[in-house]
Amino acid sequence: MATGTAVDVVMPQMGVSVSEGTITKWLKQVGDSVEADETLLEISTDKVDTEVPSPASGVVTEILVQEGETVAVGTVLARLGGEGSAPAAPAPEPPTQPAAEASTAAATEGDAAPENAAPAAPAPAQAAPSENGKSFVSPVVARIAAEHGIDPSRVPGTGSGGRVTKRDIQAFIDAGGAAQQQAAPAAPAAPAAPAPPAPAAPAPAAAPVQVAANAGETLEPMSAMRRGIAEHMRRSLDTSAHVTSAIEVDMSKVVGIREKLKKEYQASYGVNPTYLAFIARATTETLRDYPWVNGEIRGDQIVTRSFVNLGFAVELADGKGLIVPVVKNAEMLNLLGMAKAIADIAKRARDKQLTPDDVAGGSFTITNPGGYGTFHGTPVISQPQAGILGTYAIVKRPWVIADENGADAIAIRSIMNLTLTYDHRLVDGAYAGRFLRDLRGRLQGWGESDY
Amino acid sequence: MAEKTYLQAISDGLRGEMRRDKRVFVLGEDVGVYGGAFKVTLGFQEEFGSWRVIDTPLSETAIVAGATGAALMGMRPVAEMQFADFVSCAWDHLVTVAAKQRWRAGTPVPFVLRLPSGGGFSGGPFHSQNPESSFAHIPGLKCVCPATPEDAKGLIISAIEDPNPVLFFEHKHLYRRIKGEVPDERYLTPIGQARIHQEGDDLTVVTWGAMVYTATEAAKTVDASVEIVDLRTIMPWDKEAVLASVRKTSKVLVLHEDTRTGGFGGEIAATIAEEAFEDLDAPVKRVTAPDTPVPFSPVLEKAFIPQVDDVARALKELIDY
Repeated sequence: MATGTAVDVVMPQMGVSVSEGTITKWLKQVGDSVEADETLLEISTDKVDTEVPSPASGVVTEILVQEGETVAVGTVLARLGGEGSAPAAPAPEPPTQPAAEASTAAATEGDAAPENAAPAAPAPAQAAPSENGKSFVSPVVARIAAEHGIDPSRVPGTGSGGRVTKRDIQAFIDAGGAAQQQAAPAAPAAPAAPAPPAPAAPAPAAAPVQVAANAGETLEPMSAMRRGIAEHMRRSLDTSAHVTSAIEVDMSKVVGIREKLKKEYQASYGVNPTYLAFIARATTETLRDYPWVNGEIRGDQIVTRSFVNLGFAVELADGKGLIVPVVKNAEMLNLLGMAKAIADIAKRARDKQLTPDDVAGGSFTITNPGGYGTFHGTPVISQPQAGILGTYAIVKRPWVIADENGADAIAIRSIMNLTLTYDHRLVDGAYAGRFLRDLRGRLQGWGESDY
Repeated sequence: MAEKTYLQAISDGLRGEMRRDKRVFVLGEDVGVYGGAFKVTLGFQEEFGSWRVIDTPLSETAIVAGATGAALMGMRPVAEMQFADFVSCAWDHLVTVAAKQRWRAGTPVPFVLRLPSGGGFSGGPFHSQNPESSFAHIPGLKCVCPATPEDAKGLIISAIEDPNPVLFFEHKHLYRRIKGEVPDERYLTPIGQARIHQEGDDLTVVTWGAMVYTATEAAKTVDASVEIVDLRTIMPWDKEAVLASVRKTSKVLVLHEDTRTGGFGGEIAATIAEEAFEDLDAPVKRVTAPDTPVPFSPVLEKAFIPQVDDVARALKELIDY
């Protein structure tokens, strides 16, 4: 590099359980300046989508892993130079001469920037971006290449920006170029369907299963998150013996207290005391008395805990997935702390600011599908936990109560259903029922001075 | 075989059909005594009498409605709009009645509507338009746009024989400017079959009407072998001929004098994208008039109608792509 020290940007270790990540978007290109901690790229792992901040200030001199590629943790993704650094190779536009033509001039990868290159004028090194499939291949060239088993990047291009034209590839074939393409399976007759593109680009980490769309259907690739959800849901149902119990809770007291606290919390702390915060608070208290609901089967052992790491299912803003960030040591939070912690993880989840460790280590989960008015559900347990609490819409219903004389009366009450889905391998129905009863008791008996 | 103007070829074809078939008659504004706004029917009233060459009131609605009724009663009317632009007055009868009659009742509506169209002579916004795409969009109507005298004669005869309403767009700028050999005998040029105006290997121009000549001139200025496909009729249009040419050259320019948005070139470009995508070596390009009314000013009209230079520039871009 001309000035400054080169800094490698590597695929971060996003928590102990993550071994690889996929580049979803580069926010900076070669030649762009970047500040330390400014977002440099976005990555996707099987746990979260997140942004990677720049480790230092400088200029992006090389991007080594392209969007869509999956690489192991620790892989160098890009290099930064000090201010004024020349890019190691010209920016990918326009496409340069293909490798076959430019082999002598081709800069060796990695240390491409000559030490004596004038900083203001990047050396016109022929970096052959066509090698990574970046240069444009027109439909007809792609088809001819597939029919003849040719890698288009090996064909000398005379079109705009060195593009390989139809005439170029035909001349290449006429000159016997196709035969020289080593082990390419000869396909003299045009296949009825377009052949899959030649694997010139680095293969993705997992080879996608080839499927075809029928008439009226469209195909789109699963995101890493969707694949993760799919795998986890299936595995959970295959692991735990799911049973769901439900209970009706009179939330009238909580509704009233929340109305009072709302203004105070908003004014003093800028946080909304949501029903979820009340429920989370009561759940955490109740879990202390029911350690197996907060437990885990590990091998042939039963794990119980002196803490509650409470997971919350959060739907992403784009509707494209679900994530379960965890509030650690929820047992140490009062109502205000719980409300703040939930607001924080929900916001970070939607802003893609979570780290994989934020979604790991939960001991129990609350999911809140009642936002759309549903009154019952059977959620899937987040493995390896033993239970998940479902909260549903609060609805005003006619409710039989005892009046001051002890006689039955019908009153209008705010009623909410709660479900506990538990792993019957560990938690029995009576135990789950008592858990729900006590949880209901805490919510129904919520006092003004409780927090 | 004799050399004739485009206008004479239409006139000859029409006269021949009137001599041959008593059901054929002409109606329109000033088609009789005056011989038509452009003199296509000059001398017709003397030869065929005022019952077969009818001067109508200034009502395009009445002309098209009358032609529709006569066609339903078994006649073969050939109606004339003085300018294609005026056909908008007859939209309802064309689109609601004539185009749908066969689908509604099964009865053929064999009339021809002659539409002198196109610009290039400072006719301004009401006398210069090329409204063919509006009617190509209406199921039940056929749209014919000949470029050469030979095709003009062969297509007017085919149009008269056709059992459907046929809109015959005759380009005014070609009337007396374009001459060509026209066979003396009666012949039919098929509706729906393109003509390769000029063969080539490097790129294809798909066009029709007066733009065939603009494309020919532009092709002379570039160092490439240009194939020019003259569609001749745009509804139905010869998709197979276009796709065959695209498969050969892999680069296409669609050229028309009509305005851009909703112009028939969009349909052609879309079809190429759908059916010949894997044969393309460059984006499908269009050269058209801009989305404005046709200006009066000669300078502005030149800027409006695609000129040889405009087409040559587009050809070069495709060659260099």
